[in-house]
Amino acid sequence: MSASNSKRGSYFLITPMALVFAIFLVIPLLTIVVVSFWDYDEYRILPDFILENYSYLLGSSVTWQIYLNTFKYAALTWAFTLGIGFTVAYFLAFHVRSLTWQIILFMVCTIPFWTSNIIRMISWIPFLGRNGLLNQALMGAGIIHEPLEFLLFSDFAVVLADVHLYTLFMVVPIFNSMMRIDRSLIEAARDNGASAWSTLRHVILPLSKPGIAIGSIFVITVVMGDFITVRLMSGGQSASVGLQISNEIGLLQYPAAAASAVVLLITVLLIVTALLRLVDIRKEL
Amino acid sequence: MTTDKTKLKSILPSKDVTRRGFLKGAAATAGVAIGSGAITGFPTIWAQNIKNVTLRQFGTGVSNINAVADKVKEDLGFTLQMTALDSDAVAQRAVTQPNSFDIADIEYWICKKVFPAGTLQPMDTTKIKNYDKISPLFITGKLTPESKIAQGTAPNTVGFVEGPDSTEFASAPTQWMTLIPTIYNADTLGIRPDLINRPVNSWADLLSSDFKGKASILNIPAIGIMDAAMVSEAMGEITYGDKGNMTKDEIDQTIALMIKAKRDGQFRAFWKSFDESVNLMSSGEVVIQSMWSPAVAAVRSKGIECKYQPLKEGYRAWGGGIGLAKHLSGLELEAAYEYINWYLSGWVGAYLNRQGYYSAAPETAKKFMTADEWGYWMEGKPAQSDILSPEGKVMEKAGAVRDGGSYEERMGHVACWNSVMDENKHMVRKWNEFIAA
Repeated sequence: MSASNSKRGSYFLITPMALVFAIFLVIPLLTIVVVSFWDYDEYRILPDFILENYSYLLGSSVTWQIYLNTFKYAALTWAFTLGIGFTVAYFLAFHVRSLTWQIILFMVCTIPFWTSNIIRMISWIPFLGRNGLLNQALMGAGIIHEPLEFLLFSDFAVVLADVHLYTLFMVVPIFNSMMRIDRSLIEAARDNGASAWSTLRHVILPLSKPGIAIGSIFVITVVMGDFITVRLMSGGQSASVGLQISNEIGLLQYPAAAASAVVLLITVLLIVTALLRLVDIRKEL
Repeated sequence: MTTDKTKLKSILPSKDVTRRGFLKGAAATAGVAIGSGAITGFPTIWAQNIKNVTLRQFGTGVSNINAVADKVKEDLGFTLQMTALDSDAVAQRAVTQPNSFDIADIEYWICKKVFPAGTLQPMDTTKIKNYDKISPLFITGKLTPESKIAQGTAPNTVGFVEGPDSTEFASAPTQWMTLIPTIYNADTLGIRPDLINRPVNSWADLLSSDFKGKASILNIPAIGIMDAAMVSEAMGEITYGDKGNMTKDEIDQTIALMIKAKRDGQFRAFWKSFDESVNLMSSGEVVIQSMWSPAVAAVRSKGIECKYQPLKEGYRAWGGGIGLAKHLSGLELEAAYEYINWYLSGWVGAYLNRQGYYSAAPETAKKFMTADEWGYWMEGKPAQSDILSPEGKVMEKAGAVRDGGSYEERMGHVACWNSVMDENKHMVRKWNEFIAA
């Protein structure tokens, strides 16, 4: 009796969350999947069942190019944010001794987030431009004689802005993982004669893995879906999957956009699944 | 109600009485009027109610200006809310959120996409007082009886429908208009004469190796493809049957040419919004690009040289107009007609002319401009004194001449209009290839 009561009780408790998920996640997702099989013309979407959206999407060399480009941005951003994020987290967790200073410095990391993403991104443009501050400084110092063109409206600019925008997403979970590492393990490693480097490699790195995985999921999913950074920083000359979807929506090609969104979703889910296979993320929760 | 309204209308259009003055008077003397039986009570209701009317207008940034909304409040008494969006967002909103607006300020090429969706209602031209003052470009497609109708979605081809409930475009003028034209212009390339040391006179110059890595084109497919077509034709690479309605093959060839130029590093960036084009040009990242005339003015107002260069192949033109939402009826519909009539009565026209665009009813706009302003903007004459922007800033010094000359010279040399092609879907896909290349 009491067992079935508690069972009913737990069903009751999960209902609100299940409803929220159903209304705001499952139903919209299903709609997107359904619409991705519809037909469209200039101003209408036509209920139908066609595979043309997918066959064009998967058969077009543009798609492969765009995915390749998006993966390139995601991989580069991931590598740089991981490198910087890990270093910053390591410094905060192991070099800063007092909790107060840890908190203060951690807050310092969040200062850039006091202004909007877009503003922080756009502010790179006058800095990196042909007649921008950086080029002027380099030319003034006599290091270069011609302005460096690759600084702005290039893949370099896109990755730079992405790294700038998303490194904190790496810092936070890695720092969180590192703070949970039992300090006696590090002492033990040192007592056993491990160098700082091998302590890092054999103790800290494995124990930070869940944080790294969570940070990676944040960064990769955000960069995979990003469109505004790519548009602004590449000067509109590069494409990403997100940008393609945004263009399709702008041109009222909802079914095509839905098909792209479904393919992107599947791709990102595969990446996340792969990451979760490498690391047991439950340890973190 | 209806008869009262007609009565009101019949006494309104005396030219010397401003509408606002009339409304004030009507409100004040309403009691007397009712008593006398001269006007059967209606103006009171109308005059009071119209103040409560709010019309929501949206459209592209070029003409959705708060100054217009303020003047509407002053002259007509009701509230006009303006929302400025980019061209794509305008089309999207007009089709997918028909109840979110009352007046759509849209471009004619977008009209071709949007009107058949049935979210707008045709307008009765018999209720448009200045209908006969509208430039013939929008009625017949010809500026003068001798001129040729340009390629592309010329406004006259999507300007009329068969009947009040029709969404089929009519081939000749009817009583039912889709959009009341408000604003239009002839576009060409913008250049930085201070950074270019040779004359530019052809669309082909956009892909000239002299400007390698310093050129830009706009990334709105329906407009960008037209610029690309002007360039390809000027280079002698492609001959089009109709640039405004290309075949698949013509589209493929055009895009192939653009992809090649992009891979060779011709372009510095692409722009999509007004401010992007201004920034590209004023920062010197780009020295030649497709541009809009107020963007040229914006660059110049920063004290940077910028020229809206006339080209020998002619202009690529566009036009915009206001359309009424399907759901408008009753008092709000009346207010919307009042607004349209006011729009064509000159004040806005003069405002737009001073921005470098053209008024749909040039004659009425003339009354609101000084002879010097009219001479500079419309007749291509040198300015006698400083030319001011609508906000009162000095735009041009005395002696300046408008790029491209007079109204007839510019609008008479339109090679094509922005358009939507039959092969639109294919074109957009190819355009995406260009962007991804």
